[in-house]
Amino acid sequence: MQRLIRYSPLLILAVVWEAVARSGLVARSALPPLSDVILAWVQLAGTSDFWINAADSLYRTFAGLILAIVIGALIGIAMASSRPIRTLLNPIVEVFYPLPKSALIPVTALWLGLGDASKILLIFLGCMLPVTLGAYNGARGAEQSLMWSARSLGASRLRMLFDVVAPSALPETLNGIRTALATSFVLLVSSEMIAARSGLGFMIGFLGDGGNFDAMFAVVFTVAFMGFIADRLYQAAMQRVLRWR
Amino acid sequence: MQAPAAAQIVVDQITHMYRPAHGQPVLAIDDVSLEVRPREFLALLGPSGCGKSTLLYLMGGFLPVETGRILIDGKPVTGPGPDRGVVFQHFALFPWKTVRGNVLYGLERAGIPKEERLKRAQAYIDMVGLQGFENSYPSQLSGGMRQRTAIARTLAIDPNILLMDEPFGALDAQTRSLMQSELLAIWRRSPKTVIFVTHDVQEAVYLAERIAVMSARPGRIKSIIETNFDRSDPNLFKQPAFIEKVDEIWGLVRNEAMLAQRLAAG
Repeated sequence: MQRLIRYSPLLILAVVWEAVARSGLVARSALPPLSDVILAWVQLAGTSDFWINAADSLYRTFAGLILAIVIGALIGIAMASSRPIRTLLNPIVEVFYPLPKSALIPVTALWLGLGDASKILLIFLGCMLPVTLGAYNGARGAEQSLMWSARSLGASRLRMLFDVVAPSALPETLNGIRTALATSFVLLVSSEMIAARSGLGFMIGFLGDGGNFDAMFAVVFTVAFMGFIADRLYQAAMQRVLRWR
Repeated sequence: MQAPAAAQIVVDQITHMYRPAHGQPVLAIDDVSLEVRPREFLALLGPSGCGKSTLLYLMGGFLPVETGRILIDGKPVTGPGPDRGVVFQHFALFPWKTVRGNVLYGLERAGIPKEERLKRAQAYIDMVGLQGFENSYPSQLSGGMRQRTAIARTLAIDPNILLMDEPFGALDAQTRSLMQSELLAIWRRSPKTVIFVTHDVQEAVYLAERIAVMSARPGRIKSIIETNFDRSDPNLFKQPAFIEKVDEIWGLVRNEAMLAQRLAAG
């Protein structure tokens, strides 16, 4: 019930949208009525084409993200615990972190073509650094007395890295992953619109070019909803993992 | 200097420079020698910044010995190890592990079979009076309970030597005095060599058999005082002999504390 009240502004927005679109004040191609968009979505959902494209998009996002998380976290912890690695990688991270990742879309397309691989590489490259920085900062913040405790309780140096440094780095790493999650959807949709033959981003571009604006909006909604759900699920999982705090 | 065979810990002419990340190195410990017998309870007493914790960390193997040597059972210290259990001032519990998880950690590292491990952990949790809190996280416990968890975690690996760095410094007065008598009870039941760092004179006189009084920076051992009180006497704190001893040591420490304050004020 509370949730219903919390999200009620969305209902107001929907009513205003419907009213403005039906009033004739704006062109139908700029803003189709919400009810038509919903109808278009129901129609789309009845086609296998839509689900195949959605599955392609999900696969690309998660493959890229998992690579970014695993490799990004390992690099961050390695940077925090080894001075040579830090010296080597710090300037590279510093220079590439602020780079607008969408600039890499043509680059990965050039290297790997228009299929899944170029999207996965793009999302991996674009989402790795927030994870790396989170893990790095978290691991550097690991308390000395905790590391000493582990060592004096019989942990080897390597063991201590897993048992103390990694969990110390977890909260900040998880924040980095949340940023990565949001970035991944941006990169997914824009790269699919520019250089792909399938995926939800590709559908948005394709339907828009064809003048099928009701359906185009329906796909935009789908992507927005996916991003929202992913973030919600992620936050719930994060709270569970960090329940000791 | 030839160490008598009886000494379990030999600190031999240790000099240590503290090197901050920025700024000048500081002479933290200057030519300290000390011998500790097996199952002795020794207090390292001194004002803050006198290097007493640094000395403890050197014995623990956390800091590298640069000048001089430290021998444990005749062997030089090369790093931390489970033969020397450590209790830190701010508990240093793993916040992501429950009370049980913390106490189990050292037993897991020692490769003790699961059933035996759980039994031992429970025994130590019971010993420090934390039954019912096995599944609590440190963030859910009071300071005294956290320190009891830390003590149980350290005792569970049954170290010969206990290194304690102002373990009760972060606790309120009542909890501190409770913990002090509990520590003595534990020590009586299973005697271990204890090095107990503190800046609290009364605490040192109450707990320790021998007190090494340290001078302000650079840390040197100013004098070593033997005490011999009946620690089971509940009125010990009111005995004239006890008060006299505290006063005597206060006299030694006071000058150093004032000196330390002046040093800190720059």
